[in-house]
Amino acid sequence: MGQSVALGHVIREGRSFEVPADNWRSAKVGIIGGGVAGLSAAWKLKKLGVEDFVLLELEKETGGTSISGSGQPVGYPWGAHYLPVPFRENTELIELLAEMSLLEGRTIEGDLIVKEQYLCRDPEERVFYKGRWYDGLYLHAGESEDDKRQLAEFQKIVDTWVNWRGSQGRRAFVVPSASCSDDGGATGLDKLSFAEWLRQNGFTSERLIWYCDYACRDDYGLKLEQTSAWAGLFYFCSRVRKSGGESQPFITFPEGNGKFVHHLTNSVSDKILRSHMVVSVVPTEKGVDVVCLTDGQVRGFHCEKLIYASPIFTAPYVIRGFADDAPFAANAFQHNSWFVTNLFLKDRPKPRFSRDFPLAWDNVLYESPSLGYVNATHQKGIDYGPTVWTYYYPMCHEENGRTKLFNYTWRDLADVCMTDLARAHPEIYELTDRIDIMRWGHAMISPRPGFIWGEQRRKAMEPYGNIHFAHTDLSGIALFEEAFYHGLRAASRVLNTETPSRGASETKDE
Amino acid sequence: MRTPLLFLNVIIIATCGLIYELLAATVSSYVLGDSVTQFSFIIGVYLSAMGLGSYLSRFVEKRVAEKFIDIELAVAVIGGFSAPLLFLTFAYVSYFSIVLYTMVFAIGVLVGLEIPLLMRILKDELDFKELVSRVLALDYVGALVASLLFPIFLVPKLGLNRTSLLFGMLNAGVGIWATWLLAPLVSDRKLLFLRIKGSIVLVLLAIAMIKADRLTTLAEDGLFMDNIVYAKSSSYQRIVITKGKTGHALFLNGNLQFNSFDEYRYHEALVHPAFAAHIGDVKRVLVLGGGDGLALREILKYKSVEKVQLVDLDPAMTGLPKAFPPLAELNHHSYDDPRVSVTNGDAFVWLDQTETEAFDIAIVDFPDPNNFALGKLYTTRFYNLLKKKLTPDAAVVIQCTSPLIARRSYWSIIKTLEAAGFSVKPYQTTVPSFGVWGYALAKLQPFDIPKHPATGIDLKFLNDNSFASMFEFPTDMTMPDEEIEINRLDNQALVRYYETEWRRFE
Repeated sequence: MGQSVALGHVIREGRSFEVPADNWRSAKVGIIGGGVAGLSAAWKLKKLGVEDFVLLELEKETGGTSISGSGQPVGYPWGAHYLPVPFRENTELIELLAEMSLLEGRTIEGDLIVKEQYLCRDPEERVFYKGRWYDGLYLHAGESEDDKRQLAEFQKIVDTWVNWRGSQGRRAFVVPSASCSDDGGATGLDKLSFAEWLRQNGFTSERLIWYCDYACRDDYGLKLEQTSAWAGLFYFCSRVRKSGGESQPFITFPEGNGKFVHHLTNSVSDKILRSHMVVSVVPTEKGVDVVCLTDGQVRGFHCEKLIYASPIFTAPYVIRGFADDAPFAANAFQHNSWFVTNLFLKDRPKPRFSRDFPLAWDNVLYESPSLGYVNATHQKGIDYGPTVWTYYYPMCHEENGRTKLFNYTWRDLADVCMTDLARAHPEIYELTDRIDIMRWGHAMISPRPGFIWGEQRRKAMEPYGNIHFAHTDLSGIALFEEAFYHGLRAASRVLNTETPSRGASETKDE
Repeated sequence: MRTPLLFLNVIIIATCGLIYELLAATVSSYVLGDSVTQFSFIIGVYLSAMGLGSYLSRFVEKRVAEKFIDIELAVAVIGGFSAPLLFLTFAYVSYFSIVLYTMVFAIGVLVGLEIPLLMRILKDELDFKELVSRVLALDYVGALVASLLFPIFLVPKLGLNRTSLLFGMLNAGVGIWATWLLAPLVSDRKLLFLRIKGSIVLVLLAIAMIKADRLTTLAEDGLFMDNIVYAKSSSYQRIVITKGKTGHALFLNGNLQFNSFDEYRYHEALVHPAFAAHIGDVKRVLVLGGGDGLALREILKYKSVEKVQLVDLDPAMTGLPKAFPPLAELNHHSYDDPRVSVTNGDAFVWLDQTETEAFDIAIVDFPDPNNFALGKLYTTRFYNLLKKKLTPDAAVVIQCTSPLIARRSYWSIIKTLEAAGFSVKPYQTTVPSFGVWGYALAKLQPFDIPKHPATGIDLKFLNDNSFASMFEFPTDMTMPDEEIEINRLDNQALVRYYETEWRRFE
């Protein structure tokens, strides 16, 4: 399985398609792309009372990198699989959670209380190291005094950044990232890599560096040296409300963020056209014409406004005239590639040692280029019998990872996954009934040094005529909240209404 | 050379050999269950390995006496440490069988080498007829000695680990002694070397013997004091029933679940307060856990009860009274009562996914929260799910571990129930095999502590005088002053409390 490579690459050829006269339709707003950004834009338009819009999705189902699978005993994710509980200031996102009946109420301070069954069940993480499983993600077993000191020192810096406020009272790191302070004191971190930042701050502890590297691979699909230090610290700081406080808990479901996708999709289902490949977007005097290929037909849409919720790098291939007078360099928006494997197990491996930490939600292998696996039945409290494990592998360790990914066969990738897991679970071969693999050629935007606070990203936020870009790419960070924010932002802007709340910094903290 | 004394060696060697075989078979049936299979396999592997050893003896051509002593010392080490090593290996579950059979095989081969070599050493002293008759006769006498000593004296008095080490020492002793008996056949330099080696082996075994108490705590002395009469590993847990002077005891994963001599105290206290707290006839009862059927026995004493739904994870537990008839007798054949229906499943998932009519009483009798899979059965989420299955006046009882040993754990459960919206009356009683044990009686509305058990029910323990006193807490068991956390799915605070509190007693 995978994104429609052949389909997708048709658009690069720049062939022209003639729309039959009776195959034109009009819509006030067109949305290209049914990932989280596009769906959120659609959700918002509907909330704002707009009915005359259409969402065009290339694939057979909506969801982008948040799609999921269904089956027994539970559904399972193909990509994004959790959402940290938003800060109280992120009102629009809270509205979505409330609509999905995920909330129980609020604390006296006004913080959200999410229903217990949707908060990631303890134990959340475990790590496999030298033959054994240990509690947590950071490897405490066998740490030296110096390791401890460095971890404490690192936590202290994280705390300092959590408390840091810029000249307008903004936090350095907060979700959505549009609310982050643009003061040079913080954004300067974007100029160097996270690896370089750790070096400059005297961090040498192997396990601390592993921990940070894992964070980069997990959230960005990049290695430590490839990630901007700003993005690296964003991971650690943006979900902590007060210094010394716990990181916001995770909301999760067996099918991961597929749950949100289903909700958003259902709320606008009559506006969605699936298997519609947009081959051309033509700015006109009155608006934007969109040409699609579907089921061998060419269809056209006359739109007044267009929300372009596809990966930004596709813009020059699709938007006529974009390349001739580019408002920004679309190729600055680089994506990483991944493969994701879903293993259908008839039973779970037995612990090999009586003191082994038991199966958790997220199960990480220390000595592995993969990100480990997530256990789908965990959140449902199903602790025995069949389950599905979702195994994540970013191609950041490879030169030309994307090309390699598509040259590998199913068998090659299954071997990579199984040999990796077999080190921790020798019986995995006998327990696995089926292996499904998804190749993500363009998975997530890469926050390499200089990108997030660079010029290209800033320019892409501006509308291009009647075309408004809306994608998590615009944040330089691939997160549900960012995609959601850009979807809502674009929806508001095409209607010339106010932008959505930017979150934390606009409200007084504590 | 002193031939008669060498014959004494034959007896000792033979005894040791059989002891190791019995030890391996016993340890493996203790930890793996199914003793017929274990004994049969071990004897088979051991005898065939002895055969191989005997065959291999032909390749020992020179310095037979020296090799014989070396073999004695090797048997002393492997055989002597066999039981402690097997118990320790058992923690490494998946390797256990490999270690077991490798060890049995190695001992078998070495023991198989002993007698042929010894016969060759003695062949110049006696004629063949005499030699064969004496050596083999004594070999079998040794086997008799071992098979009598093992169950009658060794296992009850010494335990498995010490028996193993003791016979290792005997083997080493034979080896060292043989350096004198066979001195003429070995060069002086070698003799000294062999004696040093022998002494090291002997000292190591002796140290282990002195420290055996530490080794034995693992399982043997604590868990398997009494004879094992039933053992089975299900997909979920290891079920062991022992029989001792006081009666039968059931262990799940090594944790005592009941002892037949005082379980009535535990189960009467578990069931009858709920009935006493319920106003009006109790018709529908839900039992979560309690696969042994003993709580059912108490519930079925009430004639008004029309339906009892029992949900237990493990079919091997709910099937236990059939597989082990003395348990059926103890629970008064409660599973045969037509009012009882059994579902095998995880109660958490069952509550979440099953539509059923509401229940008047719920008896929640899970093992203590010593892992996360059990911990979830004590969370606010679990109690909220349970609430949805109850009638408005329903009464619930939950077993809550010991408020004396695990005080914070106990009160964490109470606070969790309250956080889930229950009105709770904590109570405790004494069950000699467990110690002081805690429960929670809970209802959906505030209620008064019931004063006495229902009348007309046949009870061995509870009576009108003592019933109310269960709800009194001595000072050392009251709610601690410190902040006690509520157990939630996303913090599993209880499992962490429980682990720290009970670890002190391990």
